[in-house]
Amino acid sequence: MKKWMIAAAAGSLLGCVTVCALAQASGAAKSTTEGIAEYRKMLEDGNPAELYEAKGEALWKQKRGPKNASLEQCDLGKGPGVTKGAFVELPRYFADTKRVQDLESRLLSCMQALQGFDAAQIAKTAFGKGEMANVTALATWLAGESRGMRMNLPQSHEQERAMYQIGKRAFYYRGGPMDFACSTCHGESGKRVRLQDLPNLTRNPGDGVGFAAWPAYRVSNGQMWSMQLRLNDCFRQQRFPYPGFASDVTIALGVYMGVNAKGAESIAPAIKR
Amino acid sequence: MTMNNTLFSFAAVALVVGGCAAPKPEPTAQQLDAMTQAMMKSSFSDKGIAKLDRLNQDLPQKACSSDQMPAHAVVEQIQSQALASVQWPDGGRYLGDWKSGEKIAQSGRGQTWNDAADRANGGSCYNCHQISKEELSYGTIGPSLYHYGKTRGVSDPYSAASAPILQYTWVKLWNSKAYSACSNMPRFGHEKLLTQDQLRDIMALLLDPKSPVNQ
Repeated sequence: MKKWMIAAAAGSLLGCVTVCALAQASGAAKSTTEGIAEYRKMLEDGNPAELYEAKGEALWKQKRGPKNASLEQCDLGKGPGVTKGAFVELPRYFADTKRVQDLESRLLSCMQALQGFDAAQIAKTAFGKGEMANVTALATWLAGESRGMRMNLPQSHEQERAMYQIGKRAFYYRGGPMDFACSTCHGESGKRVRLQDLPNLTRNPGDGVGFAAWPAYRVSNGQMWSMQLRLNDCFRQQRFPYPGFASDVTIALGVYMGVNAKGAESIAPAIKR
Repeated sequence: MTMNNTLFSFAAVALVVGGCAAPKPEPTAQQLDAMTQAMMKSSFSDKGIAKLDRLNQDLPQKACSSDQMPAHAVVEQIQSQALASVQWPDGGRYLGDWKSGEKIAQSGRGQTWNDAADRANGGSCYNCHQISKEELSYGTIGPSLYHYGKTRGVSDPYSAASAPILQYTWVKLWNSKAYSACSNMPRFGHEKLLTQDQLRDIMALLLDPKSPVNQ
């Protein structure tokens, strides 16, 4: 709890750090980025994502649901119950569901099969509410189980390769009243929206950046954001209609970004502004 | 939750029709295009003002949805159609109030599934462009517009000499695809994102010698 208190206090400094960085921006172009990096460094010792990791670990082991079972036999791709290293190989193909699944959709499958929950019902639940909040906590813990490991998504199954190609097409798909696609903001290196640096997701954007950083705790709104929520909010800002939770487009984009990020060190769960 | 098995049963049917035995060939580019279209339709739903028809692509959207530029003839077609579609300002009035223009340039609101249909949109200009020198929180997806009028020699925007740059700028704001088929910039007039009056205010922000942009 003490660490969280420090993080909260540091969070209130965000404005100050940003203002200070801004004041220097005209004199030294990279001081804004440096200021934000320094601010993130300050928070690393007390990332509130730790609370969600602890909750997720407890949920994994707890007997719950209509079948009163734990998730400890859930197969995330490396065999039942193997949690280390699973995150950096997702999304991947699963023979039992005959689908390519990301971490969150795989968790839904396990919660339904092992615990008896209704996966479709959870998928319809708002972010941060009910069982959806539990899925986010589980994803946060499982991401942390691969902290420091490098992204290494498999492409051996034909569906995995097809999802990469479809994900690439979805990434460049322009639509809506403003003609935006994912690529509008994330198709080139060294760009930003306002002061926010934008990772180039068409290639490996570097260690702990982009796909290798989410789930992440967001200081600006005090929420834990999974990759599904990150994508959902990107589509909102793209002015697209509403993407279904764990819908094919979100998983295909996960394959595209994850394969492109091959070799990037995962720092998830990260902390963001 | 949708199931991507449906996507792949579609592909499997296409491949079986092709009469191929194991090992199965990879889907062709055309098959992947069709699978993408099916996936987009099945993955999204209406929410608020953001309806599924936003996924229907017109020519520039469709032609500019890859990492490759469209063929030269398509580029020409997009640009000439965009130019022909421009509505010129009523009464030949190109310029409004730069102070209002600054507010519109600052606002990134509007058109998301959370927004009301009748609410005025912002221009989101600072998201991608440097504009006035005072605002340090600007994006870099588009070029800097600082000194936009000054560097183009606009000392009196109402003079005949300034007419070509006024017209150029109006076209760029109304339909950016007229000059660059796959421009990242929204088509603010063409898509009815900004009204004529709002566009005039943005014009003044860029071209009025008194605007902070030209100091």
